[in-house]
This record gives sequence, structure tokens and C-alpha cells, in this order.
Amino acid sequence: MDKHEIRQLVIRKLTGIAPEVDPVQIVPDVDLRAQIDLDSMDFLNFIIALSKDLKVDIPESQYSRMATLDACVDHLSGLVSKK
Amino acid sequence: MAEFVMPALGADMEAGTLIAWLKNPGDKVARGEVIAEIDTDKGVIEVECFTTGIVEQLLIKPGDKVPVGTVLAIIREEGEAAKPSLEVPIEERVIREMSRKVDAPPVERLKISPLARKTADSLGIDPRTILGTGPGGRITQEDVERTAATKPSGDGKKGERIRQAIAVAMEKSKREIPHYYLGTTIDMTNCMKWLAAENLNRSAEGRLLYGVMLIKAVALALRQFPELNGFWQDGKAVQSPEINIGLAISLRGGGLVSPAIHDADQKSLDELMEAFRDLVQRARSGRLRSSELSDPTITITSLGEQGVETVFGIIYPPQVALVGFGKVVERPWAVNGLLGVHQVMNASLSADHRVSDGHRGGLFLALIDRLLQEPAYL
Repeated sequence: MDKHEIRQLVIRKLTGIAPEVDPVQIVPDVDLRAQIDLDSMDFLNFIIALSKDLKVDIPESQYSRMATLDACVDHLSGLVSKK
Repeated sequence: MAEFVMPALGADMEAGTLIAWLKNPGDKVARGEVIAEIDTDKGVIEVECFTTGIVEQLLIKPGDKVPVGTVLAIIREEGEAAKPSLEVPIEERVIREMSRKVDAPPVERLKISPLARKTADSLGIDPRTILGTGPGGRITQEDVERTAATKPSGDGKKGERIRQAIAVAMEKSKREIPHYYLGTTIDMTNCMKWLAAENLNRSAEGRLLYGVMLIKAVALALRQFPELNGFWQDGKAVQSPEINIGLAISLRGGGLVSPAIHDADQKSLDELMEAFRDLVQRARSGRLRSSELSDPTITITSLGEQGVETVFGIIYPPQVALVGFGKVVERPWAVNGLLGVHQVMNASLSADHRVSDGHRGGLFLALIDRLLQEPAYL
């Protein structure tokens, strides 16, 4: 899966959790939790969904590397490429 | 015969609209089984039956809006013989129920045509807010349509209903409950370390959130402070034998609901996490059950994720206490004369002074603190 496909997947998972969010309005370098009003349960569900779809393990210690859309895509691309 | 009535899902609920029956006359029904879906200010609620038997009669039809307490169905309990049908029209049953509500202010009969009332209900507009222009002030279909045109559409209507429901409950609380407030700061360092180590060995699906540790600590503490776990009803305190923790869950688009995790003191952290996730998911998709909304014996609200450090909560009547948690933050903290950086969190108690006093409230918060210092035993 390339970066573009991972970005699309991340956006799909985010809008699945927050259906009111317009994907084009997501600012790629702004904190996702603040921007989309994700609480820790939303964020955990987001991690679970990505882990399942990409078949990668995302430890809790790596959450801080997934704070923005861009950071999320970069980090996940790295995890996928190491598989 | 048992009467299945429109439940009161909180102090703010006055009426509900039947969306669908999930059982037909003659069907068997077990205690706890969902038999109807009802639309309320809190969304669509799955209503459970509180007796085991056979559905004898369904007394209202989908689309009917009736006050809390109205008999919706008759359930023939196990071992009972069938009885002749109760041919009481829905209008008469509603009027009977309204007249039973002796505590409620007198109901002034509204001059509104049946068509206009039906349209107003379908649009979520309270007919009492409509200015009638017909003969003698009667509300016409045109009046409803004109009012609807001036109100926001779509989710706005639902949001307004939720806001109105919250307004009623909070106004009642502040008017009737003499609150007292206590606060303390809890060292969460042990808890957060234990949680990080525990989650390290778990897949994402099995991970815990620190919120479930707060729920468990409150639930266990309530065993020793039963006066904070219950209701103020008919002028006296009533303690609950069950510890059902209501969780304030914010809804996307505004508003909140506070459904319960039943018997929270008896659940493991994993069971609490599963129940917590399930409740949040169903609260936000509008699929809560009646018992979850009517059964909380205390409420927890946690606003730490919004950056709030201290919560001064308002009790949800008829409950008698609410516990608030703020954000976990790093602070300089001295232990045995040694200063270090610790993770700490402010906890607060809002309690009904008719039922408990500050001394017991303070001991309750102190016990929650002690329980959180030994997370492995939660």
C-alpha cells in the first residue's frame, strides 16, 4: 500500500468515527484530536481500525507520532514498509 | 397481568414516541428482552421488558406519542390465563395518565387541529411554542409550517431537543438540590505507569483507558459510602443496592447522555472497558437501552481530555452525587519530603446536602485516592 492509499485509508477511518467531518477540511499538519474533537476512546478505535486494515501493531508509545494527518501517514507508511 | 409502560428515562423525560414494536401479540418475551424502540429527546432507545411472559396486547401503534407512565402493552405473566382485551382507546389512556400526574402543573388543553399536531410532532416542534392564528387562537397547519420555516433544519432540531432535555434536568437540579462541592488532587503516577506497562503486552483491541480505572475506583468506594449511591425520592434518601455508574458521554454535534454501566463494582477492568466502549458507540449512534438511561445511581464526568483541570459538576436528579475528574497533568509534587515531577489529577465531588455531609464526602474522595494508588488491585 503506497502513501496515497494510506492517506485515503486514514481519512476514511477518521470520517467513520467523526461522520460530520468534511475530509477536505482536515488540515494535514494540525493536531487531529483537537481538530476533529477525538477523545481517547475515538483515538483508540482509530488505532484498532488501522491496525486491523494494515495488519500492523501500533504500540501505545507510538501514538505521539500520529498526532497529525501527515505524521500519521508517514508513521504508518514506515510500519507497512517494515512488514 | 403486567403493564408495560412508557418508561421515564431520566428526570427530564415527559413523553416518548413509539417507533416500532419488536414483538407481536402472542409472542413470548423474557425479562430484559428488548420489545420496543422509542424516540426520545436522547435519541432512539431500545426498551426492555421487566417481566417474563407472553405479549397479550399492544395498546399503542408506531407514531403515537404518549406521556411517561402510559400503559403501552399488557404482558401475561407465566402461568396466567388469557383475559379479554382491554378496549380502552389510546386517547383515554393518555388522559388518564396525564390526570395521574398530580405533581405536574395543570395541563391546559391546547387548541390545535389533529393534522397540525401530527405535523408538529413529526417536525419535533413543541406545539406550545407555536402562535395560533386560527379562530380563538387555534393552531392551524399553516401555523406549524410557518414555525418550522423559522427553525433550523436537520440535526439542528435533534440538537435543540437534546439541549432542551438537558436544560430541564439541570434547572430542576439547581433549583431543588442543595449542592456542596469538594475537591482533591490525586497522584496518578502509579496508575499511569501500571497502565502503560499493562497495555504494552496487549493488542490495540485489548488495551485499557485510564478512565476505566476511575470508574472502578469510584464503584468500589461507593460500597463503603452507600449514601452517595442512590436517589432523593418522595422527600427522602433511597440507597441503591446496585452500583450503576452513569457516564457523561458527549455526543458529536452537541449535547450529552449519561447511560449506566450496571454493577460496575463487580466488573473487572477488562469488562468495564468492554462495557465503556459499547456504551460510547451506542450512545453516539443513538442505540441505547432504556435500563441504561433509567438506572444510573451516580454519575461520573471526566473533562480532562478537553484540557479542564477541575470539574464543578451538577447532580443529575434524582441522583444524589456526581464525581468529576480533570486532566492528568505533570506537576511538582512532594512525597515524604522529596520533591519530584508527578502526574496528578483533580477529582471533585458534587453531592446533595440533604443526603450526605462534607465529612463523609471528604472520606469518600480520600478512599478513591487510596484505591488509585494500588491499580493492580482494582
